Amino acid sequence: MADVFAYIKHADGVADDSALELFVAAKKIAPDAPVTAVVTGTGADLDKICGEMAGVYNAVWKIDNAALAYPNAEVVRKALVNILPADSIVLLPHDTFGMDLGPGLSIKMDSAFVADIVGFDGMDGATLKVVRQEFSGQVSTHVSCDTATGAVLNIRPGIFQYDDSKAGGDVTDKSGDAGDLSAKRTFVEVVAAEAGDVDITKSEVLVSVGRGIEDEDNLEIAFDLAEAMGADVACSRPIVDAKWLEKSRQVGTSGQTVKPKVYLAMGISGSFQHLGGIKGNPFIVAVNKNAKAPIFQVADVGIEADILEFIPELTEAIENL
Amino acid sequence: MEILVCVKRVPDTSENEIEINSDGNDIERDDLVYSVNEWDNYAVEEAIQIVDKVGGSVTVVTVGDDESEEVLRREMAMGANNGLLLTDDAFEGSDGKGIATILKAAVEKGKYDLIMTGAQADEGAAQVGGMLAAMLDYPYASLVNMIEPAEGKMKVGREIEGGNQEINEIELPCVLSIQTGINEPRYVGIRGIRKVASVEIPELSASDLGLDAGAVGEGAAKVKRVDYFVPDMGDGAEMLEGSTEEIIAKLIDYLKAKGGLK
Repeated sequence: MADVFAYIKHADGVADDSALELFVAAKKIAPDAPVTAVVTGTGADLDKICGEMAGVYNAVWKIDNAALAYPNAEVVRKALVNILPADSIVLLPHDTFGMDLGPGLSIKMDSAFVADIVGFDGMDGATLKVVRQEFSGQVSTHVSCDTATGAVLNIRPGIFQYDDSKAGGDVTDKSGDAGDLSAKRTFVEVVAAEAGDVDITKSEVLVSVGRGIEDEDNLEIAFDLAEAMGADVACSRPIVDAKWLEKSRQVGTSGQTVKPKVYLAMGISGSFQHLGGIKGNPFIVAVNKNAKAPIFQVADVGIEADILEFIPELTEAIENL
Repeated sequence: MEILVCVKRVPDTSENEIEINSDGNDIERDDLVYSVNEWDNYAVEEAIQIVDKVGGSVTVVTVGDDESEEVLRREMAMGANNGLLLTDDAFEGSDGKGIATILKAAVEKGKYDLIMTGAQADEGAAQVGGMLAAMLDYPYASLVNMIEPAEGKMKVGREIEGGNQEINEIELPCVLSIQTGINEPRYVGIRGIRKVASVEIPELSASDLGLDAGAVGEGAAKVKRVDYFVPDMGDGAEMLEGSTEEIIAKLIDYLKAKGGLK
């Protein structure tokens, strides 16, 4: 069995949720195989994260270099290619960083790549069987992956919840092996999201609309319902892409993380990126005309209906209470 | 600027319910409506806007069969100057790396400053752009939602978590994967499609591309889909049934109980 590594994402001295989820995922591949955390960065923050990971992983490899102060995927890739054994199995989070790093890393390591893994279904020799989803979660697939020359596996965030399991090990400083870290892409800055007129992260009740609203003019019915309920209006990504609502109202990993008491998902199919922005276990009501929409798997209450007809009737009923 | 945009013909999820066939080895494809991958439209639009600003030309390329020609024509109707169809039985069953290998051969037959892909397509892997860049030894940026075109080195914005944007400088030639929302793709009318209906689209086979058939296709694929299945959904939502009045009455009871009404 090849060596298993997990890349630890962190910022400002805080490990990303994926840091420990990857440990859980790695143990699903091979329960007894040791898993090494690879932590890149520089200075005191790096040492702090390495210390935390040493309490969980079987071993920690640290790469301290000023060029890694911000995780530029091209620079991280160079460092990983230089330090990892050729046939390694490398786990990354399937987020905006893992998508940037994983595919190219697999080419440079001459290994297989599987994106957005949501489950593992056993290892037979060097053939790993994993579970993925296609068409925004409408169907699932088993995928076989030949790991004989190594593999880069991008793991969907939030699936392999950390369960307090731990192995524990030492930190090894691999900084001297990182090699040439010059890159043709350089990080400049992070531009913070603009604040909008409503802060949906503070809302207790959200009426959230998706593609099912069909037309910008139809947004009015969502605002009417929100007003009747004393709620705020949020939305999913396509509504922001179409420029119908401002980005500050978008719920999801690329938008806002909300923690309401009640969340009405109106005409939202429920992609994992959208669900990733809903925290605090709210009561979720889903209304969608597609009975197979993935949102019905996570909602508490579901209604199969066209929101363009359902929302005005619900608004009227609430106004008449 | 010479720009190559890689596009894909995919089942249109807004037009179809995706269902699994009786053998469980594919989705039901008989009555599917296909269209160009949504992300690719944004990439083509961005390429056209860049060329409008700084000059050059846009070529759209796809790996597929004869039917894939229609998505090339659609993108040419948007304003792409050239189309290129990479087609060969040997390409069947390629995994992401196989597709990137085929595209790399096409890139090397031309002279492009900028190569774009959609950030992801129907399989949700978001992999081909990054693989292609690494094979070419070009720098890569994924999930790009802003481009300031320039010679030699460009400024690009990447969408990252929390609605934030990561700004990078990237040397040309490079590969960028384009996120939705970067622009508003123009509408393509029937007249636009007609205009390009008779434009000849060159086809290149494995041998035209100098590809060893063993380097692509099912035989070379390390990653293979075994089957499709419907996952055990667990309990899922309690579906409210009955007349609309009954459903609304039940829903209002729930909303009151859970603090959803003020």
